[in-house]
Amino acid sequence: MKQFEPLTRKIDNQPVRYLVVDDSVFARKSLAKMIEAFGGTVAGEAGDGLTAITEYGRTNPDIVLMDITMPQMEGIEAVERIVRDHPEARIVMVSSVGYQDNILAALQKGARHFVQKPVKPDALYEIIRYVLSDEGVAAPV
Amino acid sequence: MKLDLIQPFISAVDTVLAETMQTPVTIGGLSMEDDGYRKKGVAAMIAIKGAIEGRVILDMEPRAASRVASYLAGEQVTLDDQGLRETVSELANMVIGNAVTLLNDRGSTYKVYPPELISEEQMQKEGADTEATVLAFETQHGNVYMNIAMRYFRRRQRERSTVAIS
Repeated sequence: MKQFEPLTRKIDNQPVRYLVVDDSVFARKSLAKMIEAFGGTVAGEAGDGLTAITEYGRTNPDIVLMDITMPQMEGIEAVERIVRDHPEARIVMVSSVGYQDNILAALQKGARHFVQKPVKPDALYEIIRYVLSDEGVAAPV
Repeated sequence: MKLDLIQPFISAVDTVLAETMQTPVTIGGLSMEDDGYRKKGVAAMIAIKGAIEGRVILDMEPRAASRVASYLAGEQVTLDDQGLRETVSELANMVIGNAVTLLNDRGSTYKVYPPELISEEQMQKEGADTEATVLAFETQHGNVYMNIAMRYFRRRQRERSTVAIS
């Protein structure tokens, strides 16, 4: 995979830490490869929205990559609950279901951005850079 | 089955396979099946609910799945059975999610559910009383099949049964 200019946290210049939430093991592995190429680390993983809430509290990641269609609790509800308890959470939705109502619902609940699968690494990189730099938390080195 | 219902699935397969296989995709065939479906490779099924209820099965030859897995992993990978199943599930999720996105943006309301891997036996059962459209997509890395079955609403099914009995 193409290597990208590493994204680091502005606060301490450390690699950006991600929580990857997707019910597909394969999708989590694929996103982890991209995170590695972006110079980041996977702080935690979850296969459903309910576990994502717990993992967010445990790992306190810089970025969450969140699927929508998942068992037990879907991504949009998980976003709402994470943002309610952690308003600073930076969540990027990563889903194959990208119709307008879904995107709006996710953004209204507090997600920062939306990427439709199949994910193009260049596009995801730019979105993460935007979401992080917008908050002044991280910037490309 | 109405062609305007199938068209978004064809567009989604074309978009997703072209991206994940990095190769052109052509439609190799279209057929109707109403007496069960015999799978060709590794298959995953996704339920769709909304204006019309139904299910879509994505069925891939293993070498096609390997190609997709390698692209998404960013390196050449050799898949075991579990890896094949995970790849096909995720690809089904992508294709059907993209198709439902097109359908929803046209004004219909559909919801998709997480993919389920299905066995030969389940597939036979699934197709037993359902008319399905089967599309075959050819790529240089192997074939991909999509079996689309949209069922009548239960109320209409009951009405049809009543007519048949009387």
